[in-house]
Amino acid sequence: MAIEERDSHTGYLTTGHEWNGIKELNTPVPKAVYVFLIATVVFTVAYIVLMPAIPLGVTFTKGLLGLDDRREVTRAVEDAAAERAVWTKRIETGSYQDVAADPALMRSVRQTGRTLFTDNCAVCHGTDAKGGHGYPSLVSGSPLWGSDADSIAETIRVGINATHPKTRVGQMLAFGRDGILQRADVDNVLDYVLTLSGQPPVRKATPEQLAAGKATFAAQCVSCHGEDGKGKADLGAPDLTDRHWIYGGDAQSILTTIWNGRQGHMPSWEDRLSPVDRKILTLYLMDLRKSP
Amino acid sequence: MIGQLTKNERQNALAILIAMAVGGLVMTIGGRNSLLGVHGGLVLMIAVVGIFAMTATLKLPDPAEDRLNAYYDDPTKVGIIISMVWAVAGLFVGDWIAWLLVFPDLTFDAAWASFGRLRPVHTSGVIFGFGGNALIATSFYVVQRTCRARLPDQVTPWFVLFGYNLFCVIAATGYLMGVTQSKEYAEPEWYADLWLVVVWVVYFLLYLRTLSRRKEPHIYVANWYYMAFILVVAVLHIVNNLAVPVSFGSEKAYSAFSGVQDAMTQWWYGHNAVAFFLTAGFLGMLYYYLPVRAGRPIYSYRMSIISFWGITFFYMWAGSHHLHYTALPQWVQTLGMTFSVMLLVPSWASAGNALMTLNGAWDKVRDDATLRFMFVAAVFYGLSTFEGSFMAIRAVNSLSHYTDWTVGHVHAGALGWVAMITFGAIYASVPWLWKQDRMYSAKLVEVHFWLAVAGTLIYVFAMWNSGIIQGLMWRTYNDSGTLAYSFIESLVAMRPYYIARAIGGLLFLLGALVGCYNIWMTIRMAPRESAKADRPEPGAAGAPVLQPGE
Repeated sequence: MAIEERDSHTGYLTTGHEWNGIKELNTPVPKAVYVFLIATVVFTVAYIVLMPAIPLGVTFTKGLLGLDDRREVTRAVEDAAAERAVWTKRIETGSYQDVAADPALMRSVRQTGRTLFTDNCAVCHGTDAKGGHGYPSLVSGSPLWGSDADSIAETIRVGINATHPKTRVGQMLAFGRDGILQRADVDNVLDYVLTLSGQPPVRKATPEQLAAGKATFAAQCVSCHGEDGKGKADLGAPDLTDRHWIYGGDAQSILTTIWNGRQGHMPSWEDRLSPVDRKILTLYLMDLRKSP
Repeated sequence: MIGQLTKNERQNALAILIAMAVGGLVMTIGGRNSLLGVHGGLVLMIAVVGIFAMTATLKLPDPAEDRLNAYYDDPTKVGIIISMVWAVAGLFVGDWIAWLLVFPDLTFDAAWASFGRLRPVHTSGVIFGFGGNALIATSFYVVQRTCRARLPDQVTPWFVLFGYNLFCVIAATGYLMGVTQSKEYAEPEWYADLWLVVVWVVYFLLYLRTLSRRKEPHIYVANWYYMAFILVVAVLHIVNNLAVPVSFGSEKAYSAFSGVQDAMTQWWYGHNAVAFFLTAGFLGMLYYYLPVRAGRPIYSYRMSIISFWGITFFYMWAGSHHLHYTALPQWVQTLGMTFSVMLLVPSWASAGNALMTLNGAWDKVRDDATLRFMFVAAVFYGLSTFEGSFMAIRAVNSLSHYTDWTVGHVHAGALGWVAMITFGAIYASVPWLWKQDRMYSAKLVEVHFWLAVAGTLIYVFAMWNSGIIQGLMWRTYNDSGTLAYSFIESLVAMRPYYIARAIGGLLFLLGALVGCYNIWMTIRMAPRESAKADRPEPGAAGAPVLQPGE
């Protein structure tokens, strides 16, 4: 019962079917559709002939070009490593001083070190390496575990309070919470510590109180922080006389630190970064600390 | 609305609800030590509410016979409303997580508010909640009219609609609690998946039953696409979700596949979900609403045939292009890439067929925002299928993969094509369904249209920029042979685009809210029976013209 009609706008006949008012024209398929269909099929056939394509049980057709992703990637990685080796070899074998004295090498160190640093370290230490609350600045102040290149390299390698068997271990006791010191002693030593970095004490501390604080400091703190309060790098104890603080240098922060103790963490990078990458990072950090 | 069911149907519905309550109870008891029990409680609660509602109406008389003179549109009406609710919810969560990427601290330290849990709420909310309900609702509408047949009974469509939404609710609430099998677009766990199989098979049978009752000699193209959508989604869903539960008392199950086979199965599913859920289903929608609204015949029946079989055949093999340069063997990547390239031709033939159907009706496209929604949808369909084939080429993919370009591509399709055709279809059908001449406000349709277009363009342009910059930053080497940028730096570079994207998404959400208001006000207008009765037999009144299938 199909009744074809001619569509006045296009001039084409309808198919004669109708569904709730919808009709269809019997327009021929435009040539372009066939042309492109054939073109894409030709492309497909060519690609299948040239590239790995058809499965044959346990193997597959390798393609006339003989291209193989995995082989190409392996080769590209080897090539890139060989290209880099031109300068990384010299870093691997050279001493820190020699590398630092070579401007061309240091250019590579700065380029590569920056990427290594922002990919691996910046999440805690910040992209500018200036740290933040709980995370030390790496560009100023004295590093907890020593500021020479070997110390920094070792810290990166084993981490601090990390899972590495040789990890650096450091802990500040919770003097208040664990009842090692009474509240009055804590207050006294807090005032004394504030004066170490040239800050005024919290209270109008009497000379007796300051003296008592100094005595407590001598009894409890000097074993790690040293008699002069300048810290000990072999124990990871910070210098209390400078104005660089990891957990804050105001009275409340220091009180919190004395009361609850501290134990920071830094992961070990030995399994994550190659020796040369760690060396580049060390050089990069040494360089950051040097530049104003 | 329940009064439209026959007594017999009400009893059947009650039986189904009681069975559901029993199922919920079993889940609650069996899963009391896991999150399965929480979902059991939810099912039980919903079933009990349903049982009360059904029992209260059990004594009502049978509905008048003259209902058989008209199509059964109540499920379509409810489906459209549910669809709009999901649209607002899904778009809202989407924009929320867009802002979350700008301000990562917005999670309030709550697990449920983390990106990983909210993101599937967004994707499932818009794809399955908004899109799925719109597809079910319009498929009921379209199949009846193009077959001149009433749905065979009045319980099955409700079972499909509410059963499907139960799945959606279990899915979304599960994500928030951390229930997921971590397969993109197939996150729900085994019990939700099993339930969807039941619902979907019933949907398929309902569609077949309606088609078999048709009074038209031919099956219209829209129904080919709806059938392809229903059938293939069933196949995809079942295969990709094959899994073994840890125990029947646990919400957790493990996939039957592992490693690269699992990845391949997942992306065979994932890409064909794009093909048969987000493309075939919505092409069915387009094939009905666009010609009706434009008042034009389909440009070419023959092109419809080529497109339909091209799309259904080529799409099936294209999934592996999601896994270029991975552990997937290269020959499988070849398959995915070449079929994706060939796929472009039938895709463009479809888009072209739709656009050329508008020849002779361009004045309507200019004046009628509803038709313009459909026109823009066809344009974006063409754009995103081109982009998809292009991105499937391995060399292009090596730049685009894992970047925001992919996100932009998906949203060009989802916002520009899927959502636009749906809004067009909804604006067309709401006045027809609620017996009005027009929407409450044509101006507001216009406002929605421009908000949607602006939102989509801002979104897509932001993600194109962001994605290409990301891709380039990730592959740029400095002259020391080291990657020049760290990942964090690429994130910093993305930030302005993430802000733009979130603004684009906000505009799109605002548009949907305007749409909801407009639809609500249209429903509230006094109905007027138009002269052009939307009936199986024009002018028929009195003796029922349709066979009761009940």
